[in-house]
Amino acid sequence: MEELSKTRIWVLRAMFLAFVIIGWELSSGRLASEFFISRPSAIAQMFWEWTLSGKIFYHGAITLLEALSGFLLGGLIGMVIGVWLGRAQLVAEVLDPFIMMFYSLPKVALAPLFVLWFGIGIDMKILLTATIVFFLVFLNTYTGVRAVSREQIAILRLMGANERHVLFKVVLPSAVTWVFTGLRLSVPYALIGAIVGELIASNRGLGYLLADSAGQFDTTGVFTALIGIMAMAFCLNAAVKLIEIRAMPWRETNSKREMSI
Amino acid sequence: MTEQAGSKGHVPLIEFRGVGKRFTVKGEPLQAVRDIDLKVREGEILTLVGPSGCGKSTLLNMAAGLFEATEGEVIYRGAPVKPYNNSVGYMTQSDHLLPWRDVIGNIAIPLEIKGLPKAQVVARVEELMETVGLTGFGRSYPNQLSGGMRKRCALARLLAYDPETLLMDEPFAALDAMLRMRMQIEIRALCRRLGKTVMFVTHDLDEAVAIGDRCVVFTGRPGTIERVVDVPLPPDRDILQLRKDRDYQEITATLWDVLAPAVGMGD
Ligand SMILES: Nc1ncnc2c1ncn2[C@@H]1O[C@H](COP(=O)(O)OP(=O)(O)O)[C@@H](O)[C@H]1O
Ligand SMILES: [Mg+2]
Repeated sequence: MEELSKTRIWVLRAMFLAFVIIGWELSSGRLASEFFISRPSAIAQMFWEWTLSGKIFYHGAITLLEALSGFLLGGLIGMVIGVWLGRAQLVAEVLDPFIMMFYSLPKVALAPLFVLWFGIGIDMKILLTATIVFFLVFLNTYTGVRAVSREQIAILRLMGANERHVLFKVVLPSAVTWVFTGLRLSVPYALIGAIVGELIASNRGLGYLLADSAGQFDTTGVFTALIGIMAMAFCLNAAVKLIEIRAMPWRETNSKREMSI
Repeated sequence: MTEQAGSKGHVPLIEFRGVGKRFTVKGEPLQAVRDIDLKVREGEILTLVGPSGCGKSTLLNMAAGLFEATEGEVIYRGAPVKPYNNSVGYMTQSDHLLPWRDVIGNIAIPLEIKGLPKAQVVARVEELMETVGLTGFGRSYPNQLSGGMRKRCALARLLAYDPETLLMDEPFAALDAMLRMRMQIEIRALCRRLGKTVMFVTHDLDEAVAIGDRCVVFTGRPGTIERVVDVPLPPDRDILQLRKDRDYQEITATLWDVLAPAVGMGD
């Protein structure tokens, strides 16, 4: 029963995708000019060419390097500072309004400033991405550390736990769920950081491919680059999901459990 | 039958001396308990019964050093209780198991804190799982366990830490009648065997009599001790057959009369 409906969903999904692609292919040149919407067959062909020539891998690798480095850098610093501020009440209290002010700033607006400071090299994109990811991971970690059950801490304290025990046995594990929420939210933003950086100033990466194709009025190239970006986002999401399952086996058993209320 | 003075020359393990506790709730003072004078003898199972909100949990929290008394003082083994009284183990209605640790991991926590070598931890946990009847469930996470099993796990964790005093706050309230009785039998047998001192809070009079050596009846808001009753049942009583026991019926009837006025006051 359960399995059957799953296959059915996949069949329906495939049908939906086929419908969209065929509709797109048919309307191209009829309902809308091919210049604006290209056509799936042309995109597939270009994707294949870029794959054969290695172009997509070259630019993809650059973007991946930027997104991943920024993701790791921002995520790591976000976690550390999140844990620290989560434990240091006073500092957190003092910094709170400033953090929220900075948080509400759309981080991509910093891109021009980062170009001034760090130039147009790869480090500018990494730092931009790291800044964006930092805030998401930091805020989630911070919230997670603050949301730790005080009763659980008290019970451990009665067992004679010291500060270190409390941190490593209760605070950090219980914050992990939140940290991963932050990391998962960060994946698309990491790509935004990398690609916006490339759009603004670059001669490499998927963002550059995008801007370059658009500059030559090559819609097919734009769509091909977009699909490359989507594929990368998909893989990154899947990777985080996989790590998440490995890191939190108790969550897995939770979702597999029969529903009850 | 009513006073605890029976213990002549006995130094009490825990002593509440004129204890009162006031909370501040939304700027208003709220007297939770007042004028508590109570001596807990070493090795006894003392049950605390009374309507909810009369401050039973507050007393346990003060014995554990989680709350400070507003008036009077709480003495443990001759010294005032300071924050985190490490001689007591606490078990509450919600078991507070760590969801990210499986049964083995949860039971192992106090042993890890003590810094026992890994091999010893493993052996001890195995032993404890057998004691509480959880053998074979070591790799299950709390969310895969039934309510009774979670209680057993929390109990095993408590025993792993091996405190001389157990503070139990309505630990079996959420269990069904059969399971509750089984847990009562086990907890009583276990505590007798290990010589634990127990403060056991319940709002169930039958439970209070069934497992207690003495029973403290609370009333009112703010809560005060209405009466302390010796439970005239043998230490090796058969909890399963208590319902038919004359003494048991008598004492529960007496306690009902003490508590009955509180029922009408609404809660
Ligand atoms: N941490 C707290 N802060 C404020 N008020 C509390 C707190 N704990 C208990 N109280 C109040 O103290 C009274 C007694 O509570 P409690 O000890 O939990 O009663 P019981 O365990 O007998 O049901 C209640 O009115 C409750 O609202
Ligand atoms: Mg209570």
